[in-house]
Amino acid sequence: MLPSRETIVVIITFALLAIVPFIASITEVPFYLDLGRRMMILAIGALSLNLIMGYGGMISFGHAVFVGIGAYVIGICTEHELVNGFIQWPLALLACAVFAFIFGAISLRTRGVYFIMITLALAQMMYFLGVSLDRYGGDDGLPLAETSDFSGLIDLSEKSSLYYLIFVLLLLCLWICKRLINSRFGMVIQGARSNEARMQAIGFPTYRYQLTAFVIAGVMAGLAGILLANHTEFVNPDMMHWTRSGDLIIMVLLGGMGSLAGPIVGALVFILLEEALSGITEYWQLIFGPFLILVVLFARGGLLGFLEKRQSSEDDDG
Amino acid sequence: MVDPHLLFEQLFNGVQYGILLFLLAAGLTLVFGIMDLMNLAHGSLYMLGAYIAATVALATDSFLLGIAVALPATLIVGIFLEVVVLRKLYDRGHLDQVLATFGMILFFNELVRLIWGPAGIEVPLPSVLNQSLTLFSIPLPIYRILVIGVGLAVAAFLYILVVKTKVGMLIRAGASNREMVGALGIDIKKIFTLVFGLGAALAALAGAMAGPIFAATIGMGENILIQVLVVIVIGGIGSIRGAFVGALMIGVIEILGRSFLDDLFKLFLPVNAAETAAPAAASMLIYILMALVLFFRPQGLFPARSG
Repeated sequence: MLPSRETIVVIITFALLAIVPFIASITEVPFYLDLGRRMMILAIGALSLNLIMGYGGMISFGHAVFVGIGAYVIGICTEHELVNGFIQWPLALLACAVFAFIFGAISLRTRGVYFIMITLALAQMMYFLGVSLDRYGGDDGLPLAETSDFSGLIDLSEKSSLYYLIFVLLLLCLWICKRLINSRFGMVIQGARSNEARMQAIGFPTYRYQLTAFVIAGVMAGLAGILLANHTEFVNPDMMHWTRSGDLIIMVLLGGMGSLAGPIVGALVFILLEEALSGITEYWQLIFGPFLILVVLFARGGLLGFLEKRQSSEDDDG
Repeated sequence: MVDPHLLFEQLFNGVQYGILLFLLAAGLTLVFGIMDLMNLAHGSLYMLGAYIAATVALATDSFLLGIAVALPATLIVGIFLEVVVLRKLYDRGHLDQVLATFGMILFFNELVRLIWGPAGIEVPLPSVLNQSLTLFSIPLPIYRILVIGVGLAVAAFLYILVVKTKVGMLIRAGASNREMVGALGIDIKKIFTLVFGLGAALAALAGAMAGPIFAATIGMGENILIQVLVVIVIGGIGSIRGAFVGALMIGVIEILGRSFLDDLFKLFLPVNAAETAAPAAASMLIYILMALVLFFRPQGLFPARSG
């Protein structure tokens, strides 16, 4: 059997990402490296959102809050001169798990539009908390004195080693998502999306499953936050702003919601579009805004959905 | 102890802020409740109203003329959006609606930056309105009293419109069963467009009146939009009464929290800790309230469709 188009897209995408550091060093444009890191970090964030939104049907409009919490834990630890990555990172992931548990437990009591709004409000609450934390930079944010220290194992201040670390972690996250979705757990989550009452009727406590998925997604977004803090060596409340959560949703939808690799493609396209359009005009969102509306109106299923559709129609022909 | 004069003054400011929230919430909750449409761009209409009113007011030196131009202009923009884009989204999921209206926000913010530049516009008040009434030796700005008056008038107008008139009857009927009203030979699309336009005009009114208080700035719409969402969730989606009560609650809590929470905290915390914790807690207050309301009454305080 031939590999599906999605597999081909994934292989091509990762192959391209793998050679970015070489291109950057040959062309002597270190900016490509920066761009690549940003793409992959956001891809991790978008992957995690797709887990709950695409497969679980939980439309969270506050997902960037976990990116922010992950980043802030790193920032605050560094501020108190706790730079050991073996302590920082688990701490940040744990904090994300705790917050995701609390926020999830509250939000999942509601459905539909209420769920969208309560996740939005909770995230915005954390944004304002960040703004009012004068001790940690408040509105202006908090510069990091140094990146996480892994006692010689890997040097994150070296830009291409950070690049490959992110690369490997992105692959790892993709693998985790694949395993999760095809597991019994993943089936329950997807079942609850299509028909929650039926899942409950056949004996699955859907609330607990959904909450677990919410926590897993929160932790994965937190990982993106940890990487983002190390990438920019700076954290600020803007990472949690609701428009950042909106960006994540856009990435998932651009790539194709509920397809495994869609969010990765979406994140890449999003960043490329942002770069290309802002190269054309300073007022690039004047183009990007209507573009989004057109995507919603005419390109349902995103880029990968488009590919799959073409493939299946070709299969029908054959 | 808290100075009672200050308390009264801030309570007054809270009510005035609540009224602004109500003007936005009324339109949004109707659109939400009747068309099941999640419209994030409502805040953009508020911003547009503020900028148009400010520009006209500065050019003609007439604050009233500013409002008089802003309302129909924003109404036209609103109807245009409804007819060209939003109408196609009524049958889609909330996610599509969120994304499309998010695109509108990006567009309008950038458009305003292109036309008016990145700096905000300060709107001067005519001298008649720029005075204070003194009540029990507390100065109350006439302009803010006026804002409250306008808000109450709008609330009364909406109540009569929705409960007592034929159009209101159709609006309520459309909310409970779209298809049935259509089947009875009523052009439900026209009703929706009308309601959306009304909401846009109210948003513009709120924006125009907010101009002299907060100044017109890019992004003003998003900041208030989130609070308006909190209002309609607390009040119950689709309920004008809920929007009114919710808006006043949120307005008062928001303003009083910012002014007095540190005093409250000082009662049981050391001064230092109270002064650090109070601003953080004040900005989280309304979201905590919303989480509590949703936890105990997931449909809000005044569910619009009970039964």
